[in-house]
Amino acid sequence: MPKRYLYIWFHYLATDRLAKINPELQRTQFLLYASEKGQMLVRAASQALLKEGMVPGMLVADVRAILPSVEVFPEDLQAMQKLLNDLAEWCFRYTPTVATDAPDGLILDISGCPHLWEGEVPYLDEITHRLRKGGYDVRVGIADTVGAAWAVARYGNQTIIEPGKHGEALLTLPPAALRLDRITLQRMGKLGFRQIGQLIRIPRSNLRRRFGDSLLNRLEQALGTVSEPLVPVLPTPVYQERLPCIEPIRTAKGIKIALERLLEKLCERFFREGKGMRTGIFKGYRIDGEIVQIDIGTNRASRNASHLFKLFELKIPELEPALGIEVFTLEATLVEELSETQEALWSVGSNNQTAIAELLDNIAGKVGAQAIHRYLPQEHYWPEHSITDVGSLEAKPQTAWCTDRPRPLHLLPEPEPIEVMVMLPDYPPLHFRYKDEVIRIARADGPERIEQEWWIQSGPPRDYYRVEDENGARYWLFRLGLYGHGKNQWFLHGFFV
Amino acid sequence: MQELAGKKEIIKQLRDRILSMEGFSTGKDSQQLDFGLGKMNAAFPGGTFPVAAMHEFVSHTEACAAASNGFLAGLLATLMKKGGFCLWISTGRKLFPPALKFFGIEPEQLIFIDVRRQKDALWVMEQGVKCNALTAVVGEFRDISFADSRRLQLAIEASRVTGFLHRLHPRFENTLTCVSRWKIRPIASRENDGLPGVGFSCVEVELEKIRNGRPGIWQFEWQNGSFNQVAPQRSVVSKSGEAKKKQSYA
Repeated sequence: MPKRYLYIWFHYLATDRLAKINPELQRTQFLLYASEKGQMLVRAASQALLKEGMVPGMLVADVRAILPSVEVFPEDLQAMQKLLNDLAEWCFRYTPTVATDAPDGLILDISGCPHLWEGEVPYLDEITHRLRKGGYDVRVGIADTVGAAWAVARYGNQTIIEPGKHGEALLTLPPAALRLDRITLQRMGKLGFRQIGQLIRIPRSNLRRRFGDSLLNRLEQALGTVSEPLVPVLPTPVYQERLPCIEPIRTAKGIKIALERLLEKLCERFFREGKGMRTGIFKGYRIDGEIVQIDIGTNRASRNASHLFKLFELKIPELEPALGIEVFTLEATLVEELSETQEALWSVGSNNQTAIAELLDNIAGKVGAQAIHRYLPQEHYWPEHSITDVGSLEAKPQTAWCTDRPRPLHLLPEPEPIEVMVMLPDYPPLHFRYKDEVIRIARADGPERIEQEWWIQSGPPRDYYRVEDENGARYWLFRLGLYGHGKNQWFLHGFFV
Repeated sequence: MQELAGKKEIIKQLRDRILSMEGFSTGKDSQQLDFGLGKMNAAFPGGTFPVAAMHEFVSHTEACAAASNGFLAGLLATLMKKGGFCLWISTGRKLFPPALKFFGIEPEQLIFIDVRRQKDALWVMEQGVKCNALTAVVGEFRDISFADSRRLQLAIEASRVTGFLHRLHPRFENTLTCVSRWKIRPIASRENDGLPGVGFSCVEVELEKIRNGRPGIWQFEWQNGSFNQVAPQRSVVSKSGEAKKKQSYA
């Protein structure tokens, strides 16, 4: 079967990208630069700037001198590469084989695809139309070889070359259409080669002697006598399962059965590929055209169908079947590696962490993950800062729990102001009033002064007292601030056993 | 004589069977753990603190709540010596994790679930006691109905997790299926060799109800920051100089 290739050249990819992110830039003059040998060189210029005659390769300083209002941005090659990959993935709708041609082109192997769009012309129209609508200025070319498609897209004035005609089409194009390096092109210019047609008539051995192997290689690739392998972009695997139903499902029982089947299939696949689900969406397509969905998240990757089922099961009442659901889909939106050895380790672990992680998933599904707390010590004396909330079960304390000072078993979330009767300067209160009750203090320990940590917050220190009242109840009180610096407020902060 | 001995043996066996049917563990798991309760052990069926059962703590004031949690933490420490995790469910938690270290618990072994609604707390508690990977489950909330407590008890009998139900300011003390009901009150600390300041934490433990056991009142002083050794304090000299009478409903 003859091969057909489509080359898409994103003429202004870098500037189109910025204009899409920042729509105000659409019609303004701006450029992208990169530093090279201590100079800032223009890498790409917006269309408005190109009209003024500024082209890539100029010095940024020169452009600024001519047009002081020009905006400049640094070039971001990584983002460009990512964008190109995303565009390649988008093109999977037109052909299964897509390769990127850095920095700004895509090569599509379209052999056997265009007839689905009723021919190459509507096919090409569809692609270019949608890309232009998306804000990308593209030039395209279809030919029998990658080299010819490349040449036609960039230098040709027609887009579709009939099968077998690519040799003729190349004849009138300039040598630059052969994807040659700059030095070779300069030498050709000096020797007076203006068209590829002039090269083809010269014996190969002469060309090789003067320009090296690369020219011949490129020429033969363009003509199709040497094959050119593509490195196709691999699609990120989609973990999705579908279950069409013969009759619309309306009952919770039916939905559960559908979910079970989908989970079984998906988990089997996870098992084969050594993966596990972190987040998943279960969707139901109703016959009235609406889509209803529920989603779950897990604390750690899981491929345990019964556990995942339990998580979904909590939310099934949220699904409104109305007249009935005809298609169910289950998609794992976030998938992580889950090796078998890890799984084996958990199951024999003495403290059954998997079971607890699953229990926590369950709880998080019902009451929300923000309800779950586990605390580790922090090296701070200030009571509110002495602990930190960690999400995972595995996290180990980095520092020891501090036990050299008494700390109350109950700590109020906010210290509560109290009225006290106290002897100056540093005695504990004689009695205090809390919730309209006078509490007389029999014994007291303290003070323990805790200063604010100036690198976190500033303010007066606290003097803590551990006191016991006549009935035996023990409290943790503190005075905010030092005597002689205005009025000091007393607070109740906790209860000791 | 021999006949009599035979009868005693039969009665003992029957008692054990009834206990196990009522959800008490008469097996080895409870025998191995020493909660350090000393003479109080005589109050429990089988002579040890019943694990794999639901215990109820009732406290009406903030000070009592702290004391109850302290006593509870002392019990938990023994349960959690082997490691594992404990679930602490609460609708208005005041517990300050670093203080658990004074009771011999590694605070990172606790997983706190803070929910706003009592209904959610009950749901989480039920899930927790069903999960036999946990060592213990503590629930702090206000009210619970008899039916709910029965559900929890049934789940516990299957999973053999130890459950603690701490009721703060309950509207009324309704009957529950828990094996015990405790009331813990803080009492004045003793003179510590004439040293000034607050002495060791001292609590009065009232075991108001215990199935197949003998209720009573005890006083404990918890010493030296390590609460493993719970020393019974029997003759507290109150201010008037009278020895406080030991009460017992037995």
